[in-house]
Amino acid sequence: MADPLSLPMDRVTSDAVPAPNGAVQAQDVLTIAGKSMHSRLLLGTGGFPSLELLAEAIAASGCELVTVALRRIDPSPTHPRGSLLDVLATAGVQLLPNTAGCHTARDAVLTARLAREAFATDWVKLEVIGDEDTLLPDAPELLRAAEELVDEGFVVLPYTTDDPVLARRLADIGCAAVMPLGSPIGSGMGIRNQYNIALIREAVDVPVVLDAGIGTASDAALAMELGCDAVMAASAIARAQDPVAMASAMRAAVEAGRLAHGAGRIPRRLYATASTPAQGLPDFSG
Amino acid sequence: MIMLNGQRADLHAGETVVAVLAHLGLDGDARGVAVAVDGEVVPRDAWASFALGEDARVEVLTAMQGG
Repeated sequence: MADPLSLPMDRVTSDAVPAPNGAVQAQDVLTIAGKSMHSRLLLGTGGFPSLELLAEAIAASGCELVTVALRRIDPSPTHPRGSLLDVLATAGVQLLPNTAGCHTARDAVLTARLAREAFATDWVKLEVIGDEDTLLPDAPELLRAAEELVDEGFVVLPYTTDDPVLARRLADIGCAAVMPLGSPIGSGMGIRNQYNIALIREAVDVPVVLDAGIGTASDAALAMELGCDAVMAASAIARAQDPVAMASAMRAAVEAGRLAHGAGRIPRRLYATASTPAQGLPDFSG
Repeated sequence: MIMLNGQRADLHAGETVVAVLAHLGLDGDARGVAVAVDGEVVPRDAWASFALGEDARVEVLTAMQGG
């Protein structure tokens, strides 16, 4: 296959247009299920050492959509209920509840229904895990859960493998986006199969959000250069030595990658191509 | 015996979800909270009327940081 970073432009769908000042223009919006967002960076709220750092990182990232999990309530005063939701409400971000920790379609569907009750949103980041060590998705259970939740009117964003066929099946079912992994959750291994991510972008008509495996800013830029519509980062920001600085870096990387994708990179070549013309070269021979 | 979030609770059959929430120190319209009994969602508008059965397994959930 051709270099995925050098896809012919007629196969690349991009509406990223650089403004005169170099920033991505305001009309370059990401639309998922009718919701328009100016940020193409999604943030996971897990792993932040404190809610204060989470709030600062959200501001630095510019993100508009953040994931939250659903867990048993801890009534002790050391876990003031609602404080996370207060922080997210103050930040003005939309919640994307996840089904993290679910291993069956049944559990994931129930968790999505409970999240809809708790957070009054029908959006769900659908995770159905098939293996404890790699946290890789369980494809048959994922498809089953996605189908059921779409039927129930949920806006389903499934966390999926980097398999283009599975991504297409999920999109065909009616998922609002697909979220293929770059590498296992929290591994920081970046995008292990660039070719598959590029194929997924071609295989589906819904937004592709690169999820899982992002380690640093260059991984996020690469995802966008491959044609992804957005990037989700959680551990890469939350567990960085300076989460707020990394949130800023991810924001810049996503914007840079988006612009570069729209700009169309030069093909890779084995040999040099002079950037200065040979014409007019003086002759200094004696 | 009523199980609440995986532990025995001093609750009895016939009590409502609102009573369960009160047991946890929550009021009857707790925002950001969802309740499942025996693996089924109890919708918010049924919290005052839904009565626990014998050996009900109750889960009371809320938001937590997560990727």
